[in-house]
Amino acid sequence: MKRLFKREDKMNKVKNESFKSFRERNRMSNGYLMKQKIGNGIFKCCRAIMLFGLCFLILQPILNKISISLMEERDLYDATVINIPRHLASINYELTSTLMNFPSALLSTLWVSLVIALVQVASTTLVGYGFARYNFPFKKLWFGAVILSIVIPPQTILTALYLNFRYFDLFGIVTAIRGEPLNLLNSIAPYVMMSAGAMGLKNGLYIFMLRQYFRGIPKELEEAAYVDGCGKLKTFFVIMLPDAKPMLTSIFLFAYVWQWTDTFYSSLFLRKFGLLSVAIGGLGDNLVQYIAEISNRTQIPSIAFQQSIISTGTLMIIAPLLIIYLVAQKGFVESLAQTGIKM
Amino acid sequence: MKKTAKQKKQKSMVFKNAVSGYLFILPFVIGFFAFLLVPMGQSLRMAFSDIGFQDGITYTFVEIQNFKYAFTVDAEFGPNMISELIQMAYSVPSTIIFSFFIAIVLNQEFKGRGLVRAIFFLPVILSSGVLVGLETNNSLMQGMKDIIAETSNLTSITDTIKEMILQEGVSAGPISYVFDAVDRVYDIAIASGIQIIIFLSGLQTISPSMFEAAKIEGATAWESFWKITFPMISSLILVNVVYSIIDFFVKTDNEVMIQIKDAMVSKVEYGLSSAMAWSYFAVVAVIIAIVSAIISKKVYYYD
Repeated sequence: MKRLFKREDKMNKVKNESFKSFRERNRMSNGYLMKQKIGNGIFKCCRAIMLFGLCFLILQPILNKISISLMEERDLYDATVINIPRHLASINYELTSTLMNFPSALLSTLWVSLVIALVQVASTTLVGYGFARYNFPFKKLWFGAVILSIVIPPQTILTALYLNFRYFDLFGIVTAIRGEPLNLLNSIAPYVMMSAGAMGLKNGLYIFMLRQYFRGIPKELEEAAYVDGCGKLKTFFVIMLPDAKPMLTSIFLFAYVWQWTDTFYSSLFLRKFGLLSVAIGGLGDNLVQYIAEISNRTQIPSIAFQQSIISTGTLMIIAPLLIIYLVAQKGFVESLAQTGIKM
Repeated sequence: MKKTAKQKKQKSMVFKNAVSGYLFILPFVIGFFAFLLVPMGQSLRMAFSDIGFQDGITYTFVEIQNFKYAFTVDAEFGPNMISELIQMAYSVPSTIIFSFFIAIVLNQEFKGRGLVRAIFFLPVILSSGVLVGLETNNSLMQGMKDIIAETSNLTSITDTIKEMILQEGVSAGPISYVFDAVDRVYDIAIASGIQIIIFLSGLQTISPSMFEAAKIEGATAWESFWKITFPMISSLILVNVVYSIIDFFVKTDNEVMIQIKDAMVSKVEYGLSSAMAWSYFAVVAVIIAIVSAIISKKVYYYD
């Protein structure tokens, strides 16, 4: 017991001393130390307030959607209900799920996005590595082509692509074999081929990022491997790829997420699969139809109700993405922050 | 004799490297020809022709009629394009400034930095594809806003402050731009996910020893920001400006994009749609060329 008191005493003494020394130090620096400490504190407070505000700003729509999606319809018209629903209900979710055909849409979106993302990661990694490590004639020209593929809005070539895959004929080979061009629309093939050619959604950006990342890995690693008699392909797979794992994960996540929410290619090539991003576009019309069907007359649901259904649908689309993001967040954020992009 | 053998060996090494380099970028080369260059050529041809569908596709060359139609007959195309350009001029600078600022803050050490970073990167998910259009079409929120504006006389805090400042007699131009940016801060925050990531990764490549040296020499934080951080990051400003412009132009809720798609899908006027897309792309390309020419003059390269 006595010992404990003694210890506390000692600690107080140390505290006092440090306090004293702060005061003394402050006096010695003519109040500069105090000023700096206070300035620092104010700066930190302002920063915390600002960051909190901006974070809230970004999260607010999601929170708002969650609260709306849990309300019954009458709560929407009740002026006294602001954010917390008075009548908790899961009816919105059930209705949206049937309207979007959610289980099957989710399943097909899951596997389509997975296939596309994997193909895109594979092709862009190869290309990015080629640009980062090898010297070949017209390299600048080809990199210019990569930039061009980023800059050209896909809408410019939309029509041509559509017709291209409607009457598919790669360099005249297909006609030579089958006698007529193939109709590849409404299958996954066109988009897989485009992804394999690194021409999918924002693939130029992935090539750019991977190139920067591979350039940042020291060359000595590979040189050592070559000296030890490791071939070029083997070096790439055994030495470089494990090193690039965090970056590959981020690229995969980008590809997966952007494919998940993409409407452009989805509505052009992948309509048949009933992907989520396409399904939510028609959600409003589906609701009108559904209500007309069950009530046997054309009754247009109120805008508020339509919006609450669409909010629910949006939530259901982003929920899986949010889960993935939360799981992968740490590696994702850190690896992106360490890409070291240089021009 | 020996020397030539060595040279030969070196030459074959260079050749081998070139071959394997091409093998690595082969997917891109094929993809570029098959799915970008050829379709581009076709779509350019379509823009100058009338397209029929009697057994296969038939092209009839019609000179610049499609372009003429788009700009003189179509009542919406021209105005839509101009309004999008004006919006772009507004939104890109504010996006760049905002993301630069946020990246600097997120690069500092503080408690809960990981969480804050995660939240700021969230727009990468939220602002993609179909979700953008849904957010802007949210008429429920708009309705609520209108009701609030009706019931209370004040529309928003920023409006009140703006009125106060303008009454003081300060010139309206730059101030109204700032207030406009503050009013649209949500849109800006949502549009700047990738830009923040790019800036942040650039900030982390600046070696801390530079700041240390500057501090020892007596530079203040303000000075070292303008003399070290800003020049070191200037190449990324170029990247981000170009990315923001492109991102703005190809966004799914862009009026012109909607119109181009509409002309193709519901009106089945492939020629007109291509002509619109090409004139739009030409404008975008010119803007990007001008902007990057101006900025790249100021860019500082470290090595």
